[in-house]
Amino acid sequence: MTPDRDRSPEPAPEAAAIDLPEPPAGAEEQEGRSMSLFSRRPGRPEASLDDPVFHLSDLDVWYGDHQAVRDVTMTIGRRQITAMIGPSGCGKSTVIRCLNRMNDLIPGARVVGKVSYHGENLYDPEVDPIEVRRRIGMVFQKPNPFPKSVYDNVAYGPRVNGMKGKLDDIVEEALTGAALWDEVKDNLKGSALALSGGQQQRLCIARAIAVRPEVVLMDEPCSALDPIATAKIEDLMAGLASEFTIVIVTHNMQQAARISDYTAFFTSDIDPAGVRHGRLVEYDATEKIFENPVDQRTEDYITGRFG
Amino acid sequence: MSTEREAIAEAPASTSGLAGPRFRPGESAFRWMLFACLAIGIVFLGVLLTYVLVEAWPRLDSRLWTNFPSIRRPERAGAQSAISGTIWVIAFTGLFCLPVGIMAAIYLEEYADPDRWYNRLIELNIQNLAAVPSIIYGILGLGLLARQLGLGTTVLTASLTLSLLVLPVVIIASREAIRAVPQSIRQASLALGATQWQTIRRQVLPAAVPGIATGSILALSRAIGEAAPVILLGAVTYVAFNPEGLDSAYTVLPVQIYGWISQSREEFHHLAAAAIVILLVLLLLMNAAAIWLRNRYSKRW
Repeated sequence: MTPDRDRSPEPAPEAAAIDLPEPPAGAEEQEGRSMSLFSRRPGRPEASLDDPVFHLSDLDVWYGDHQAVRDVTMTIGRRQITAMIGPSGCGKSTVIRCLNRMNDLIPGARVVGKVSYHGENLYDPEVDPIEVRRRIGMVFQKPNPFPKSVYDNVAYGPRVNGMKGKLDDIVEEALTGAALWDEVKDNLKGSALALSGGQQQRLCIARAIAVRPEVVLMDEPCSALDPIATAKIEDLMAGLASEFTIVIVTHNMQQAARISDYTAFFTSDIDPAGVRHGRLVEYDATEKIFENPVDQRTEDYITGRFG
Repeated sequence: MSTEREAIAEAPASTSGLAGPRFRPGESAFRWMLFACLAIGIVFLGVLLTYVLVEAWPRLDSRLWTNFPSIRRPERAGAQSAISGTIWVIAFTGLFCLPVGIMAAIYLEEYADPDRWYNRLIELNIQNLAAVPSIIYGILGLGLLARQLGLGTTVLTASLTLSLLVLPVVIIASREAIRAVPQSIRQASLALGATQWQTIRRQVLPAAVPGIATGSILALSRAIGEAAPVILLGAVTYVAFNPEGLDSAYTVLPVQIYGWISQSREEFHHLAAAAIVILLVLLLLMNAAAIWLRNRYSKRW
């Protein structure tokens, strides 16, 4: 994959003027800095990893005999938007699928290392993947509504999970949360497949948040959408972050820069034995990654000099 | 403007370099060959239908389904026992083989690990079984079900034998239908915390129903026309009563037709043709049901 042609946002003059006094390591300390390009969304707390949800340590993922991802160690903070960027084949989708054990569904997939969720190892044999996925929802690259009505799509999760409460209210709340209620409220019984692509994707988000997960994973949720639909989803994510922890894989660096609090840059590497594998190159507050990356490869990628 | 157009029209075609032969013999020959293949099938079917209808015409009336067979008086003979026998046998065949076949297909598609040798063996065997001649199933039914298990030559034995006969076809058709449900639907369901069974029951099966139903009905259509296995299983040619239960003696249309054809008197041949028309109508009804089901419930993704 080639990085986007547009260069990643160049520091605007005033941002450059303020500049970073450069506190070494520890992104938590990068607080209160106002930057024109990465200004915090209003009402958002500071980017912080003080309250971690996930902690990945020395994570390796194997598909059969092939080691797809090596040595990923990172912490994902509560109610943060964490973006994973990088070229194709760098393992970012593989990593995000470890977070709700969707990799279990791929024959031959194997995880070594630790993915802890609130201190509990997700890959412990006692852990029930069904329960994991109920708490950690997922939105996929291509909108994949069920071939049912809008209502039944959203109600499906609460139904299979036996959630208490009035279903109509849950559905309305989820659709409102996904900024879709006004567009579909008069046609809840209509087929979900009749919606536009962007609406379908917001429906998938509504469906995911209807079961009240703590985390919503998004695997390139906008890559099949036009720019207007993409903008709507980005706005939506900003709102959702006040309630949910969001992890998003994206190919679009501008998107990562616009919406995320933290950014992880992955790349694919070839080891001395000639095996291609994905690696986490750099992980830090989004401002830091885009304005002052430590690693040369990150710098090359975000400025479009990659490859 | 107009002069420009004329200029373009007048320009020799070859100047653009796009000119080529209008007539490509290979293309046309292939197209006609395909059409000829289709025509062969259609023409033979047409001839067959016409012949049967002409033969059947003198006897195509209500006597056919109100009267029972008669050996001595063809003008009073009918096929009621064969028609009801066929319906009984097919109904129970469906009842036995559909649940088993569909569940086997669910196992193979949704649960079985294709890398395991025993699953591959099962798969291979199902494909082979679909190709086993039906008479073999008849021998199996006679030896195992009728004699060994003592079920006798009854509706039950015939239904079970025909179930075994079409089971591989039902399994294969159901697997195709289940496989056609996009993986993204399963992932969406599982990602919401649904269990595997909930996912199958609420998403995969409803989406696969049109395909399963179509395939199953076509499989049963095959069973309805089978004569070979049921001849072994005592669908004796002279049965002057309708089946009353699973343990009842019976006859079915193909066997009745065979019986009449082998009579020497001309009237019986008309009767046989008329029974063939009845069998064809039953088949068409089942196929129509399959098409209706497919159109009614088919999903687009």
